[in-house]
Amino acid sequence: MTRGPTWFNITSLVAGFSFLYLPIVLLVIYSFNESRLVTVWGGFSTKWYASLLQNDQLLDAAWVTLRVAFVSATLATIIGTIAALVLVRSGRFVGRSLFSGMIFAPLVMPEVILGLSLLLLFVAMDYSRGFWTVMLAHTTFASCYVAVVVQSRLVGFDKSIEEAAEDLGCPPVKTFFLITLPIILPGVIAGWMLAFTLSLDDLVIASFTTGPGATTLPMKIYSQVRLGVTPEINAVCTILVALVTMGVIAASIATKRQQTQKERDERAAFGAEG
Amino acid sequence: MAKKSIGPVRRAYSPWDDPEKAPFIEFRNVTKKFGDFTAVNNLSLKIYEREFFALLGGSGCGKTTLMRMLAGFETPTTGQIFLDGQDLAGIPPFKRPSNMMFQSYALFPHMSVEKNIAFGLKQDKLPASEVDARVAEMLRLTKLEQFAKRRPHQLSGGQRQRVALARSLAKRPKVLLLDEPLGALDRKLREETQFELMNIQEELKMTFLIVTHDQEEAMTVADRIAVMDKGELVQVDTPAEIYEAPNSKFVADFIGDINLIEANVTEKSEDGTKLRSVADNFTIDSDQVTDAAVGDRVWYAIRPEKVRIAQGRREKGLPNRIDGVVWDIAYLGDMSIIHSKVGDNDKDTLRATFANVSRMVENPITWDDEVVMSFDRDAGVILKG
Repeated sequence: MTRGPTWFNITSLVAGFSFLYLPIVLLVIYSFNESRLVTVWGGFSTKWYASLLQNDQLLDAAWVTLRVAFVSATLATIIGTIAALVLVRSGRFVGRSLFSGMIFAPLVMPEVILGLSLLLLFVAMDYSRGFWTVMLAHTTFASCYVAVVVQSRLVGFDKSIEEAAEDLGCPPVKTFFLITLPIILPGVIAGWMLAFTLSLDDLVIASFTTGPGATTLPMKIYSQVRLGVTPEINAVCTILVALVTMGVIAASIATKRQQTQKERDERAAFGAEG
Repeated sequence: MAKKSIGPVRRAYSPWDDPEKAPFIEFRNVTKKFGDFTAVNNLSLKIYEREFFALLGGSGCGKTTLMRMLAGFETPTTGQIFLDGQDLAGIPPFKRPSNMMFQSYALFPHMSVEKNIAFGLKQDKLPASEVDARVAEMLRLTKLEQFAKRRPHQLSGGQRQRVALARSLAKRPKVLLLDEPLGALDRKLREETQFELMNIQEELKMTFLIVTHDQEEAMTVADRIAVMDKGELVQVDTPAEIYEAPNSKFVADFIGDINLIEANVTEKSEDGTKLRSVADNFTIDSDQVTDAAVGDRVWYAIRPEKVRIAQGRREKGLPNRIDGVVWDIAYLGDMSIIHSKVGDNDKDTLRATFANVSRMVENPITWDDEVVMSFDRDAGVILKG
């Protein structure tokens, strides 16, 4: 067996990554374009970032998006965690498979249908659409994702740990907060972050359920792009890409550190045995 | 002739022989069903204070279910459980005066060793100074002082096991329940820990109830053993009595190695019973007075180490003499187990152990040797059915 990269490997790697990242790289480069025309390079400049700060419409949209994402991710995490607990813990009950099927259905449901049905519901309820309807809609579909993530964490959970807590005199509810929640916390946080991200970049459902005064950033970008791409949009997108990249890098560094720490601990433990 | 007794007497403590003594734990006609499956079937059992009691049986015999009912994790379908005179029905696990050491140890992974041990004490809202004192005492008892600040994943298997023990002992429960506590340890560590457990039990003067499938473990640690099968108690006795005087074929076969010889009763008297093997090749003379009638089919159970074996056919006047030919030998170092053919059938073999007391043997027993085996009148037991 040959070790190290072959020409074939290098070529496919370069092709693959170019396919994935070339558009994003272009976007980042053009965000520093001096020219007003998006496709013509006119020299380096950061003026679009400066003008972005003057664009109240975009900043408002960003603020709405962040608030919606924060509130809906938090609510979805609570609902999704409870759903996952019920699915993993309650054993067999009547309608269990129906319940689990219904929790996971929105994952594969086309967003258009989800958005339309929510719109019909809000109209039928005669509820004025805006911030709260978008938030509720995002909570609805994000809680499914949270349920999936938390469930995978709970499946590997040794139930006797909870039994041990109860055996030592801790009532069930207190056991949940002192024992269960801290142990599944990584899953819960991952679920929250997933819900936050999903809400952040959702366009379809938000378009259906929003009303006047609650335009989210993806909607704003989409509507502006239809009038013509401005370098300002490139700048917004670059900031978003930078934020996401930093988040991913921070998460992977944290995981890596935890892993090495764990390995070191285990070595120390077995060294001390004797 | 002095009266013979069975096995070593570990302590002059045998409350089970005193009919006046009130039991500390009592299962009264307890049945537990999971759907159609009966895990525990109308079982009654009394366990006394300061006893080290073992529930022994194969997987699925109901031993763990019995313990979980005592801890409160399962509710009996019918029947009652008493602890120190109190009916436990309706009392949730977190209010029961027993603590359990789990098979998986079930340590709290996000807490240090100290915090794990202190957890139960904090639930009782003890003052901080007392919690600290109790934790320090437990760390000392389980020799974990230097690991107090570590997390469970920073410990080896043996250390985790000791943390689990310390945590379950910290509240000084009325009963400590041990669910296969040593299953995950290797043999050497397991043997060491067994003796540690016995010492701790004697030091703290607590009642210990252990569930295990390992007969050696049960025999080492326990004052009394309950052998369980299919949700029922088969025999409850001291380890020596379980080994030397099994009350059924199941117990005889389950504990240790044994020869089970199928035989018919040919003669009965006040002095004992005479049996003739079904293969009609030898006679057994036993001092046991059985209630089986003449002509009944019984089993004669005799441990291999009670069977003496010698080469040749010269010896005369031996009690219970059986002639055979060596069929197979298992050399185990400290002893050899010799399988001899005693009949025409391949099944008709008898196992005898041969202690290897000399290092060099001039003329060792070997394959196809003619041998003669014999045993005393009181060496085995007659079992019905």
